[in-house]
Amino acid sequence: MSTATIEQPTTPRVGEPAAAPSLLRLTRVELRKSYDTRAGFWLLLVVALASLAVVLLQLFFADEPDKTFDMFFATTQLPVGLLLPVVGILLVTSEWSQRTAMTTFALVPARSRVLTAKVLAGVVLGLLGVAAAAVASALGALLTPVLTEDSSAWGVSGAQVGQAVLVQVITILIGIAFGMLLLSSPLAIVLYFVLPTVVTIVSNTVGSLTWMRDWLDLTTTTGPMYDGSLDGQGWAQVATSVALWGLAPMVAGWIRIVRSEIG
Amino acid sequence: MITVEHLTKRYGAQLAVSDVSFSCAPGTVTGFLGPNGAGKSTTLRAVCGLTLPTSGTATVGGRPYRELPNAGRHVGVLLDAGAQHSGRTGREALTLAALVQGVPRTRVDEVLEHVGLAGKPAGKRVGKYSLGMRQRLGLAMALLGDPQVLILDEPANGLDPDGIFWMRGLLRGFADRGGTVLLSSHLLREVEAVADQLVVIAGGRIVAQGSSAELLASTGSLVRARDSAALTAALTAAGIGAVPGLADGLVADAPAEAVGLAAATAGVALLELRPAGGDRLEELFRSLTGPSAGTSPTTATQIQETRA
Repeated sequence: MSTATIEQPTTPRVGEPAAAPSLLRLTRVELRKSYDTRAGFWLLLVVALASLAVVLLQLFFADEPDKTFDMFFATTQLPVGLLLPVVGILLVTSEWSQRTAMTTFALVPARSRVLTAKVLAGVVLGLLGVAAAAVASALGALLTPVLTEDSSAWGVSGAQVGQAVLVQVITILIGIAFGMLLLSSPLAIVLYFVLPTVVTIVSNTVGSLTWMRDWLDLTTTTGPMYDGSLDGQGWAQVATSVALWGLAPMVAGWIRIVRSEIG
Repeated sequence: MITVEHLTKRYGAQLAVSDVSFSCAPGTVTGFLGPNGAGKSTTLRAVCGLTLPTSGTATVGGRPYRELPNAGRHVGVLLDAGAQHSGRTGREALTLAALVQGVPRTRVDEVLEHVGLAGKPAGKRVGKYSLGMRQRLGLAMALLGDPQVLILDEPANGLDPDGIFWMRGLLRGFADRGGTVLLSSHLLREVEAVADQLVVIAGGRIVAQGSSAELLASTGSLVRARDSAALTAALTAAGIGAVPGLADGLVADAPAEAVGLAAATAGVALLELRPAGGDRLEELFRSLTGPSAGTSPTTATQIQETRA
């Protein structure tokens, strides 16, 4: 390393006010943080590859009626919905496990703005996840007649696309909420997968707990959204379960981060 | 300009920082000295809005840090060289900060060059950096927004002697161009060469504060005799206060001439007699960092009294 000889001026400027970074700029920074580390990059790549993999499996091993675009699109939501929340969790917890929160909040002392940017980045990532699933599904529909003897179809309902987008955004935001509440990557990832599963198992086995399954179990409430069949009372059931698993931890975590000591 | 007024931070029953006040003027380097656990980092984190003080205030350029719209453009902060994502390259860490602050990307290469990380080191992941390289990256991060104020916690940690010399030059130059520098250290020797002002903290309280010239130049003398007891008696007889110094020497509270006369009157043979220079501060500092020094406020008060 050459050090001594360079006479770079670091002249301190006087008075010139610098504008606060816009929310758009902060969101772009948060998006960049989601892929500029080795872990983040591979995780996103795995999301894309997993969508492709399920499409290929379906293409070669499913029956003909299942090889339409909308069927591919429904299946690809699963790997995306499984892995994107981990991206969301890491978007928050890596700031603590890697201790970058100190740098982040020293640069942007208005902590709520950083957290808002993380939520917005989560929404964008959810949209990108659905887009990746759509691309993989299109490839499936395109290649089905080429690689197999079956035919495919391109029709998809607006409800299916809309609900897929919504459920993916909700899912990654729940990941972010778990991250905000727990501030630890391993803890947040483990609890994110274990807790809702426990609720699913318990509410499905204990007969008197069917209300819990219908209103608080995410797997049950959001299940219809993956193929766009959610309607009526289902929306209220999605809302209550998301309030429990997403809204509550996010509000609690948010308040704690804004008030807590960093570093 | 940094102003800290009556800053107090309490964690449960433990008082980490108690009624700390000092200010740093533009064009100066302030050395914030104290043993480990004295409250330096807590104070600096409070200045940077990362810790909410229990009471008291801290402002940078007249405003609380949390109200700075684009903090990095006003204040360059290096609180912990380890606070970087190990999976990002040095250049990427700086690029993110540049995006947040809205400074051009070319500035990233400038600061990399400036701190000696240009070229290959810039493309390495921070996880592979040595502590010295992380400190350099931290300094680059602090300088990135071209701030008027630098706040650095133990920036010399992990730097080799060359690096420390280089950093002194950098900080001196920054202050000479009108910037304000506040840097902490647990080693007096590390900052005395560059600091215009010293603030010494122990047990959460400020125990000494003043210009370096004032604190380091002392009217006392360092004196050593074969018979220390006789020397102490001779000084006491002459009404000169003395405290034990390094080795078997004494630091006497009088000019060399008076000490020499007192010794001659009592017939004590001296081995050494010279102006003490900064030895009193060194002594104060050594007693704070020594094994017997606790972080209890009473120790600090006692020391403050011996100093006064």
